[in-house]
Amino acid sequence: MCLAVPGKVTSIDGNQADVDFGGVVRKVNVSLVEATVGEWVVVHAGFAIEKMDEEEAKETLELWNDLLDQEEEL
Amino acid sequence: MFRLRNEVAAQRILDSIRKEDVNLRFMHVCGTHQDTLVRFGLDPMLREVGIEIRQGPGCPVCVTTTAEVANAIALAEAGRTIAVFGDMLKVPTPIGSLGDAKARGHDVRIVYSVEDAVRLSSEVKHMVFMGIGFETTSPTTAAVMVEKLPDNFSVYSCHRLLPPALHAIINMGEFRIDGLIEPGHVSAIIGVDPYQVFSTKYGIPQVVTGFEPLDLLMAVHMLVKQIKEGRAQVENEYGRLVKKEGNPKAIKLLERVFRPVDSAWRGFPMIPQSAYDLKEEFDDHNARLVHEDVLKDRPPVEEEHRGCRCGEVLRGIIESHECPAFGKGCTPRYPMGPCMVSREGGCNIAFRYQGKM
Ligand code: SF4
Repeated sequence: MCLAVPGKVTSIDGNQADVDFGGVVRKVNVSLVEATVGEWVVVHAGFAIEKMDEEEAKETLELWNDLLDQEEEL
Repeated sequence: MFRLRNEVAAQRILDSIRKEDVNLRFMHVCGTHQDTLVRFGLDPMLREVGIEIRQGPGCPVCVTTTAEVANAIALAEAGRTIAVFGDMLKVPTPIGSLGDAKARGHDVRIVYSVEDAVRLSSEVKHMVFMGIGFETTSPTTAAVMVEKLPDNFSVYSCHRLLPPALHAIINMGEFRIDGLIEPGHVSAIIGVDPYQVFSTKYGIPQVVTGFEPLDLLMAVHMLVKQIKEGRAQVENEYGRLVKKEGNPKAIKLLERVFRPVDSAWRGFPMIPQSAYDLKEEFDDHNARLVHEDVLKDRPPVEEEHRGCRCGEVLRGIIESHECPAFGKGCTPRYPMGPCMVSREGGCNIAFRYQGKM
């Protein structure tokens, strides 16, 4: 139920947007977010519930990598 | 599956937890977390390093009560069209399931989104959308309520709020909770603040996290670290999606459309202010009122199927395989309880990935 899948917004028309899920494009309601074309959103039950922050995504990866490096030093 | 680097990372995280030499019990409240834990075999790996993780009441289909499902069936039998998310169809009740009602020729539609239900209204006499789900899903219902709606469309709101359930389970004190893993997608809506009280008032460390195997392992690592350092805070591992303040647009909509009411959950007799009913402004589209004549005449049903221990699974007291019916009298094909029906239910997940346990 709370499963939500990330996809990239390819076009917007009012509340409806085309979102590309790795090649499969679906209509998604974007009224809950302020999304623009090219941004990543996470979609649940036909609605984008939040935007995915690319900078933060990178930071998460860095966090994981940092942890790896730290442990490597031990 | 794990990419190689992830596997290395996972091993490192596990090793560092092992070094702490702990024996801890955490709870999460999300079917998707449970899926990740079991599918990737994290559960046994974590046990080996002293961490046991239980799924609490985090499965919307499972926590929906038998009475609510029976109401939906009664509405279908009375000639209303019921639109539900697919997982609801097979939930058994003493008067059968919604799927049985459909098989008897009543109009039960599976929808993927509340918008599908609104669209289908033009084809039927009375459309009732059964809205289930936590704060991840309730904003989608709220979003259509503020639009122009067909006159024959109504919502039977069975939406639940997650934080009151956490309150309930902590206060019941049926078992020790050393840390809470908070659900990423509920948190994307409500933000981080609603969890603060569980750290300040009850001293429970918490981490909001995502759904990759590494997200969960990181969350466990962060919880262990908090405990070792004597801290109890809400940390956010899922910053790529979850903002501290949540999604303000969605929160505003929830406040405009819904009012919290006391409600039973499966396994919980009553949790104060834990469900969303529609505000008065939406009375014309509130199925509880529009179809009151049908609902008030429904004969009472027994809440739990005899022998089914879903309630205890949802309170985290037992694990699915401890239920004597698990995999015997109860399978996804012939489920005795919703925990075996829903793909987010602990019993269904345990059954599907049995080899990995
Ligand atoms: S295995 Fe079946 S009967 Fe047992 S608790 Fe789970 S759903 Fe209920």
